Amino acid sequence: MNVGVIVFPGSNCDHDCRHVFQDVLGQSVQMIWHKETSLTGIDAVILPGGFSYGDYLRTGAIARFSPVMRAVKAFAKDGGAVIGICNGFQILLEAGLLPGAMLRNKSLHFICKDVYVKVENAATAFTEACESGQVLKIPVAHADGNYYTDPVTLAAMQANAQIVLRYCTPEGKVTPEANPNGSLDNIAGIINPEGNVLGMMPHPERCAEDILGNKDGKLIFLSLLKAMKVKV
Amino acid sequence: MKAKIHVTLKQGILDPQGKAIEHALDSLGFKNAANVRVGKYMEVDVQETDKAKADAQVKQMCEKLLANTIIEEYRYELV
Repeated sequence: MNVGVIVFPGSNCDHDCRHVFQDVLGQSVQMIWHKETSLTGIDAVILPGGFSYGDYLRTGAIARFSPVMRAVKAFAKDGGAVIGICNGFQILLEAGLLPGAMLRNKSLHFICKDVYVKVENAATAFTEACESGQVLKIPVAHADGNYYTDPVTLAAMQANAQIVLRYCTPEGKVTPEANPNGSLDNIAGIINPEGNVLGMMPHPERCAEDILGNKDGKLIFLSLLKAMKVKV
Repeated sequence: MKAKIHVTLKQGILDPQGKAIEHALDSLGFKNAANVRVGKYMEVDVQETDKAKADAQVKQMCEKLLANTIIEEYRYELV
């Protein structure tokens, strides 16, 4: 599989994503500068974490206007798999590829720690290597991860099983205490109605190999490979 | 023409920064300070002499970029 990792000015998890796909999973990776206008030959797109454009105005608000985002939108519209992680999720929201918006964390703190998320929908291209209800330990690192959307959109997402990952306790209980940032409905990750675009705040690329002491995050990427019928 | 633009979180959406400031004001003894809302203030010079046209442009700027209307509201004046 040929994975395209989009690089914005201020992206800082781009090489972690490259490392996981290339060195851990043996896939070919192309780093794609945000000025590029074409995604020819790319099978899946990753919008990595970081602080694109210094988070000026709002997180993801400026990156959304990068030339490459036009190509990403077209790619997603054609059914191409897109994963936005952390800042990448924020960009997908600003670009309108996923519904909702991010508010400042309820605590106002930048939160950098392991959290637990429950796989609420294991029948997606990004979670099919997981069991339904499986609890994954994945780190978050963000100041703006407090997901918000209007009640109508939330109800539609719930009805369509678009809420893929929810913050939970280590035992898998979805409680207010397990919610690190105040996210509506403990939302940690969502997909679009078509199921080919995932946004998630936790960083699976930071926990995808044994040497890091945790490889729960690898399941997200293995799911994608499985969905794309790639043998690892 | 200059647009003076204010962007704030919509009423009803929790503003944690506003809350923190409210608590600080309370600690300072301003017991009657309530409902603090933090926002952004932007000035934009619009090269346009027709006020109606400038108004339409600024509105578009706000809708398309300066505010995220899912969570924020905006208001502006043209001077």
